[in-house]
Amino acid sequence: MIISGSVIKYGDNIDTDVIIPGKYLGITDYGELGRHALEGIDPEFPNKIKQTGILLVGENFGCGSSREEAPVALKYAGVKCIIAKSFARIFYRNAINVGLPIVVCPEASEKLNNGDMVTVNLAEGTIINVSKNEVYRTKALPEFILEILRDGGLVAHLRRRLT
Amino acid sequence: MVSMNIVEKILCRASGRSMVEPGDIISAKVDRVMFHDLTGPLTVKAFKEIGVPRVWDPDRVVVIFDHLVPPNTERAALNQKTIREFVREQKIKWFYDIGRGGICHQVMVEKGHAKPGELIVGADSHTCTYGAVGAFSTGMGATDVAAILATGETWLRVPETVCVKIDGELGDMITPKDVILHVIGCLGVSGAVYKAVVFKGSTVEKMSISGRMTMCNMAVEMGAKTGIVEPDEVTEQFFKSKGMSYSPGFVSDPDATFDETYTFDVSKLEPQVACPSSVDNVKPVSEVEGVKIDQAYIGSCTNGRLEDLRLAARIIKGRKVKPDVRAIVVPASQEVYRDALREGLIDIFLQAGVLVCNPTCGACIGAHMGVIGEGETCIASINRNFIGRMGSPKAKVYLASPATVIASALTGVITDPRRVVS
Repeated sequence: MIISGSVIKYGDNIDTDVIIPGKYLGITDYGELGRHALEGIDPEFPNKIKQTGILLVGENFGCGSSREEAPVALKYAGVKCIIAKSFARIFYRNAINVGLPIVVCPEASEKLNNGDMVTVNLAEGTIINVSKNEVYRTKALPEFILEILRDGGLVAHLRRRLT
Repeated sequence: MVSMNIVEKILCRASGRSMVEPGDIISAKVDRVMFHDLTGPLTVKAFKEIGVPRVWDPDRVVVIFDHLVPPNTERAALNQKTIREFVREQKIKWFYDIGRGGICHQVMVEKGHAKPGELIVGADSHTCTYGAVGAFSTGMGATDVAAILATGETWLRVPETVCVKIDGELGDMITPKDVILHVIGCLGVSGAVYKAVVFKGSTVEKMSISGRMTMCNMAVEMGAKTGIVEPDEVTEQFFKSKGMSYSPGFVSDPDATFDETYTFDVSKLEPQVACPSSVDNVKPVSEVEGVKIDQAYIGSCTNGRLEDLRLAARIIKGRKVKPDVRAIVVPASQEVYRDALREGLIDIFLQAGVLVCNPTCGACIGAHMGVIGEGETCIASINRNFIGRMGSPKAKVYLASPATVIASALTGVITDPRRVVS
């Protein structure tokens, strides 16, 4: 899987209450959730990400609650891939399960800046900084996780396997 | 024989392997799965989309309504209706509707749905609470839980385990909440990301199951996959006193290793307060005393148990909540509510001018029954003080023990509880 776009950057420990506040939980219209993504720190985020596609963050991204609305809101706001120094573990699982590609890469998290053009190769575990002509390496995702992402998420994956 | 710690032993059994190591990706059989009214709609939707006709084992599924109880909007009412229909159609054995249970994590332990040595998954981040009774319990999202409903299994990365060893006798008015806030303040909100935390030491050994639940509940606030206490006499006594069957589960081998061991001496610990807007922004109460509050809130899966209500009632008995402060107490379950009523605690609160609400997550998730407005400050016995957690993103939330919360309700400013009892 190869994903390209330009980077928009935020900080460390961004929690799920900031990604999608509790008052929006229970909304099942994913487009509506997307319009409130990251509202807690940047109400303009849904407009900005549509131009860029790649969300770059620091450590422990998605800490807090188990709400799956968090990766869903980001995905439907237009996030094509999240690159982080580290993720909170429930968010990490949830992102894969809803078919939102994510990459752990401390080097990329530090070196990339707003506006940098990148190409992410999930199967190889590489992030190419096209703007600066640099390559950051990380662990490739295990095959079974790539398979879930290729199927578009865990539900589609299980539907294919079980039915 | 390879030596293993409690976490590895539980995952070893659940995966049917002879041994596991940190970093292994395992497929494990889940002993119990739980979801609630807020994560339920997505769970049910995902289950239906997967397309299998029946849940794998309706006796192992627990559904508890607690977040928006009773429903605060038409949307919440409709979501609950959907889940009720699913419960009926799938013949799910354990269903706690409004008025029958209470806050899910309290109900899971109180009703014996969490036992030593079990692997339990819940569609809620504070599922890690059941480590208090020696279970490996962890939170996942709705789709993961739907997959478990369909297959009875899940994948897990065997976590590195850190040991948090706590020694020393707690002073008067110093509670397990102060201990865990202190630990999180030292280790940070990403101090245990992806890891399991085993709480050990003489302080933990002396703690009740209620106190251990408070500790394990907040393990996730350091990013941990779970928090766990090795089952002992306290655990056994807890199950026996409730007339429930007990089997001891697992303890770590004597020579088991941990990724890291952190030691704490809490004998001189003073009350701790997590300041806005991060759970690791922890200070001793002496550094924040005097901050004016608008609301004091006792409740949640962290601190809404009988022990918490007893402590708060002991402090406020015969006194009044400061006129310009709202104080709210939310018993964690119907059982806690009844016990508190029987012991006269509810009457003490009512006489003091405290509003007693029904068991619910309510204001702890900024949903209802005590949401705070722009520019307001709340001191709460809950587990998170993120921006917007209890309502307005322009409000402030301080986290503390029930003792510090109720002491602050009496004075209208953040107050060391030892000051108002002596």
